[in-house]
Amino acid sequence: MDNIILEMRGITKTFPGVKALDNVSFKVREGEIHALVGENGAGKSTLMKVLSGVYPAGTYEGEIHYDGEERRFGTIADSEELGIIIIHQELALVPLLSIAENIFLGNEIASKGVIHWPQTFARTQGLLKKVGLDESPATLITDIGVGKQQLVEIAKALSKKVRLLILDEPTASLNETDSDALLKLLMEFRNQGMTSIIISHKLNEIKKVADQITILRDGGTVETLDCHREDISEDRIIKGMVGRAMEDRYPPREPKIGDTLLEVKNWNVFHQHHRDRQFLHDVSFKVRAGEVVGIAGLMGAGRTETAMSIFGKSWGHKITGEVTMRGQPVDVSTIPRAIKAGLAYVTEDRKQLGLVLISNIMQNTTLANLNAVAGNGVIDERKERKVASDYRSKLRIRSHSIYQEAVNLSGGNQQKVVLSKWLFTNPEVLILDEPTRGIDIGAKYEIYTIINQLAAEGKGILMISSEMPELLGTCDRIYVMNEGRIVAELSKEEASQESIMRAIMRSGEKH
Amino acid sequence: MVADTSTHTTKPSIGDYLRNNIREYGLLVALVIIMLFFQFVTNGVLFKPVNITNLVLQNSFIVIMALGMLLIIVAGHIDLSVGSIVAFVGAISAIMLVKWGLPAFVVIPACLVVGGIMGAAQGYWVAYQKIPSFIVTLAGMLVFRGMTYVVLGGRPIGPFPKDFQILSTGFVPDFLYFLSPSPEIIKNMVALVAVLALVGYAIFAGLRNRRINEQHGTENEPFVFFAVQMAVIGFVALFIGFQLSTYRGLPNVLIVMGVLIAVYTFITTRSTIGRRVYAMGGNEKATKLSGINTERLTFYAFVNMGVLAALAGMIITARLNSATPKAGVGFELDVIAACFIGGASASGGVGKITGAVIGAFIMGVMNNGMSIMGIGIDYQQLIKGLVLLAAVFFDVYNKNKGKG
Repeated sequence: MDNIILEMRGITKTFPGVKALDNVSFKVREGEIHALVGENGAGKSTLMKVLSGVYPAGTYEGEIHYDGEERRFGTIADSEELGIIIIHQELALVPLLSIAENIFLGNEIASKGVIHWPQTFARTQGLLKKVGLDESPATLITDIGVGKQQLVEIAKALSKKVRLLILDEPTASLNETDSDALLKLLMEFRNQGMTSIIISHKLNEIKKVADQITILRDGGTVETLDCHREDISEDRIIKGMVGRAMEDRYPPREPKIGDTLLEVKNWNVFHQHHRDRQFLHDVSFKVRAGEVVGIAGLMGAGRTETAMSIFGKSWGHKITGEVTMRGQPVDVSTIPRAIKAGLAYVTEDRKQLGLVLISNIMQNTTLANLNAVAGNGVIDERKERKVASDYRSKLRIRSHSIYQEAVNLSGGNQQKVVLSKWLFTNPEVLILDEPTRGIDIGAKYEIYTIINQLAAEGKGILMISSEMPELLGTCDRIYVMNEGRIVAELSKEEASQESIMRAIMRSGEKH
Repeated sequence: MVADTSTHTTKPSIGDYLRNNIREYGLLVALVIIMLFFQFVTNGVLFKPVNITNLVLQNSFIVIMALGMLLIIVAGHIDLSVGSIVAFVGAISAIMLVKWGLPAFVVIPACLVVGGIMGAAQGYWVAYQKIPSFIVTLAGMLVFRGMTYVVLGGRPIGPFPKDFQILSTGFVPDFLYFLSPSPEIIKNMVALVAVLALVGYAIFAGLRNRRINEQHGTENEPFVFFAVQMAVIGFVALFIGFQLSTYRGLPNVLIVMGVLIAVYTFITTRSTIGRRVYAMGGNEKATKLSGINTERLTFYAFVNMGVLAALAGMIITARLNSATPKAGVGFELDVIAACFIGGASASGGVGKITGAVIGAFIMGVMNNGMSIMGIGIDYQQLIKGLVLLAAVFFDVYNKNKGKG
């Protein structure tokens, strides 16, 4: 057990103008699950890229010792040959190829360039069995969910005789059931003697599986914690990550709740693609002024779909139901009309749906309400600059200037730009879909603070989140969704992780 | 990693500035070098007044179409049909003018409308039916070419009445002749005065812009660059203006082109429509979710392209004084190449009018220079292809270097 399989010594990696890694040391024992944690930008992914040869030897300083010898990997193929396999956060699967084709892509079972299909399928079947995936090898990647895709990636790694498996945020886009299955699989591999490194933001999961935890901060190693020697609490890990104790992860707030703003009644929506399948059933809810309302639920419960179908019918079809604002029926049939009715929707996918990444902060800020800084279709540059500067300082967007491109901002600052854009449309009700996904703890706190401020200004906030502690920490009231229905409404006092899960489970039994 | 908490702005060195803006300066420098090169190898023919006039007349339609094509490319699309629209509009203008005897002031707007309809016919499929523009306009290219053959019956029609030809071969009359210091040399005073006024205004506007930027704490380009740029552009403009004034003055087409360049520069840099087109090209889904009618925007980009192609079609037809079924073959490629040489991105969201115009001039000067040198069409194509590849490679190379 105390056999060191990997040791990285004094790794320093510089990009033009930035020292991404500064003298990092990292030691992994054979047969353990080693968690690598740290805020965004702490250098976790960079370290793994150094290890796997994405950044070839010579572009960094320091030494890598693997399996008792110093190694200098020039390419990813070099590290893969020794059994170091990395699974990136963005899955590297070809959607329109089958599971079998993906697993053996670049590594085909072939003689003289002709693929041996029967053998390919047989070996795929064996690998799928190992990862517990019950799908035909001929199934296309696009036809299976993200959870199963993740398993295919692991099967692919197994096909390469993996000894050290590196997973970069493997559960970021998985629901709880799939996450649990994945973690269980990792523990099973550990029993078989495989070593894994897991990068994750989900501290509860790390606590569950990790043998050791290494914490990085600002490109340096802070400490390595041994989970068997002492009981490591989440707060203990957070303290290491942010460099100070986080007494309160959620800023305090005195709710002042007013009249009902948004009310949705009997909202029925059919699936966007499978057009005869009803996806949302009689969804009804309301949001009052100054109130933060949460929607909890598992992935696929229909939360995002509810929000998007209300916001200009941008999801689904055959949409029926009633939407009122301050008691008056409003037309939300197109996005411009929904904006006019006082709605704003901050998407869960800020890179694909929230930002024009190649545009700068200013251009993104004014995009949804360009007419407010223009007269007769001509943009008033002074007005636009002022609006963008105001939001930049108000939301504390960290950047060189309002002319910095959105693509160069950190996740938290990108999210603040998206928020700026929607605040500038002056909405009455903001729907925030996973507003803190993929951003670090410090930035999360700032987002919560902004949410509190907005509520204090009398706006209604509808917050969708997969992180239950976040909902419990910020919301005045929580709706629970499951399988396209609202299955419970919990007051702040009633709400707890247990009561939410219970509501989901009980509703599952009924159907 | 870029989280710069403070708001201080370090003053970038001139070297940094040059590196960050190498594309824009590079383009201008390339144009100047190409012009000097051909001036040298053609023994000074390139800048002869008559040749400058020819250059303008031969390339105006490429520039005009590049304005519309830039919007299409920035929006994330492509239009392969413009050469065929040129031919079809030329054909129907011939029928209306020559066969039906309609006056030019009726035919010209009617043709612009026809061009708009042709653009709309394609824009509908791209914007509302979500068919890739490459396919729609490839179909359009074939359909419109076929229609041209049908309406012309396979035979050229011409010649055209004089008032229609003014569009392409006319010159601005010299109403300032009495100012000319020596009428033997300077035969057209308007050209000189107009160019002087323009250069003066450009310097004035440039200085004013810098002052406004300074007041708002926006970064200016280093003064050296501003001065050198102004000096080069000013010198070239004055030289060309002088040369033109010793010949027949300003071609009408040059005026049309200049006005359109100004209008489209304004649209792309200052208007809400322009901003939305760039946003749409950068991320269509995010733009749509921001409440912008991206379908309508795409549709109008194609309508606009159709109108500009129709204008170009009339200019070409008037210049050739005959409508032929083969007019405009391959023009789409010159126009698209001009945009890409000018720095537009094939994936949308990036590109400038000034870039596309300079790109068009680079193509034009090369066409013209190589023709004077007597290089055959075979080698001309080969060289133009390599220049396009080199320009785009330069872009990609710079971008990758920037990433480190």
